[in-house]
Amino acid sequence: MNSPRELPASLLVVNRGEIARRIVRTAQRLAIRTVVVHAPQDADLPFVREADEAVALESSVPAQAYMDIDRILEVARERGVEAIHPGYGFLSESFEFAEAVETAGLVWVGPASETIRTMGDKIEARGVARRAGVPVGGGQGQALASIEDAISDADRIGYPVILKASAGGGGIGMSIASSAGELISAFESTRRRSEQSFGSAAVFLEPYVHAARHVEVQVLGLADGRVLSMGERDCSVQRRHQKIAEETPAPGLHDDVRVALHRAAVVLGEAIGYRNAGTVEFLVDSATGEFTFLEVNTRIQVEHPVTELVSGIDLVEEQLRIAVGAPTTFNPEALSLAGHAIEFRVYAEDSRRFFPAPGRIAHWEEPAGQGIRVDSGYASGNEVTQYFDPLMAKLCTYATTRSEALALMRRALDDFVIEGPGSNLEFLRALVESQQFTRGEYDTSIVTHLQTAISAAKG
Amino acid sequence: MTEQISADMSANVWKVLVSQGDSVEPDQPLMILESMKMEIPVLSEDGGVVQRLHVAEGESVAPGHLLVEIQ
Repeated sequence: MNSPRELPASLLVVNRGEIARRIVRTAQRLAIRTVVVHAPQDADLPFVREADEAVALESSVPAQAYMDIDRILEVARERGVEAIHPGYGFLSESFEFAEAVETAGLVWVGPASETIRTMGDKIEARGVARRAGVPVGGGQGQALASIEDAISDADRIGYPVILKASAGGGGIGMSIASSAGELISAFESTRRRSEQSFGSAAVFLEPYVHAARHVEVQVLGLADGRVLSMGERDCSVQRRHQKIAEETPAPGLHDDVRVALHRAAVVLGEAIGYRNAGTVEFLVDSATGEFTFLEVNTRIQVEHPVTELVSGIDLVEEQLRIAVGAPTTFNPEALSLAGHAIEFRVYAEDSRRFFPAPGRIAHWEEPAGQGIRVDSGYASGNEVTQYFDPLMAKLCTYATTRSEALALMRRALDDFVIEGPGSNLEFLRALVESQQFTRGEYDTSIVTHLQTAISAAKG
Repeated sequence: MTEQISADMSANVWKVLVSQGDSVEPDQPLMILESMKMEIPVLSEDGGVVQRLHVAEGESVAPGHLLVEIQ
């Protein structure tokens, strides 16, 4: 039994949907009073109903309810909460918000605002990684001031290249160029979009790797300063640079590559004095096993459940404990990872073009059973609106071996009923049946291949 | 012939890229809708002259909502 005095007595969750619900659940298990803010459009969702207290924030733009720092801090004061958990997305990687929470004397459930600032600037983060001895993909490692700079940088790296916004993330603000001509046409538009979306026109180049695996390492920076690796996750199944499926351990990785990835993530975490949960993302060349650093996500990750399944550790509980300087619930020297876990993201979007398909949920039925975990944000009768991202649920399966986890996933997908909004369940079924996925021999091109196959089958 | 272009899904009109009276090419982007954090360009089919815009930036539209007519 944890001493309740060690943990905050109350927690404001500044997020929505499945992640807000999941954080509320852990907090309630730990007898922490939970408060959520929400957009009026979200009033009927489970996370609002299940939280101990809910405060609706009216705004002309629904997402503002989860983004308005001043009003959120006002709610925190009025409701007398001690700690704030930002989830992922929204304000989770806003160092201004983290700083404002720290200044207000509240507990910020995440890394220090200074860590968020440094890692949020992708160019600066690359510099930190390079100095720590972690391999970083080509490019001069600075913001590109002009198209001439960009072209000479691309000549050095070799085409194709990927142009990225330094302040960007989550796959937004990127363009791929396979020639100087394409780079010229992408350069100004990427800078403009980056300025509009992130308030900074700084862009940089990386080599674009076709047959790459996207592998990330879960790290946990402990209150005593140690940084632990909690294993890796393969997140190569993506559309529009957004993840669809994740699994741990990553299939087809040589053990020496796996160990080197974990070590690189820990070295980087130690170099920046990382505290709390974080994720270090890498690109791994499928052919050679060589890897390069991509970015650090300074927050809980969408796909954290697969790590929880193989470790038996509740990462949100550890986040809360680290945030107040308490030791972990487990012995860091004896962390053991066992079995295989897979997560499929169930989106409100069609299975062919991945276009948004919001709507009212007439019927919602989740699969259940041993080895199945569903983190969902919706229930029958709810409206999946156009105002927020399309993630409806995360379906995870866990078993001793990968093939058992796959078999569970097949059954779970068949048992998942969603009527009303569109869903990508059909795509997920095609994914779990595909040879590439079942053999574990896939890379970031798998979705394009499958989409072509689905369209061809339908004529 | 008038080409009527309607919304495929619930969305917000993020940007209107043309004005009434503009000549547009086939497949030219006319406006950008935003739904579930995704930008969806609305393209003209055959092209022509923009006869009437039925929506303004910031407006919400439901599936089937008439967006623009092209002559």
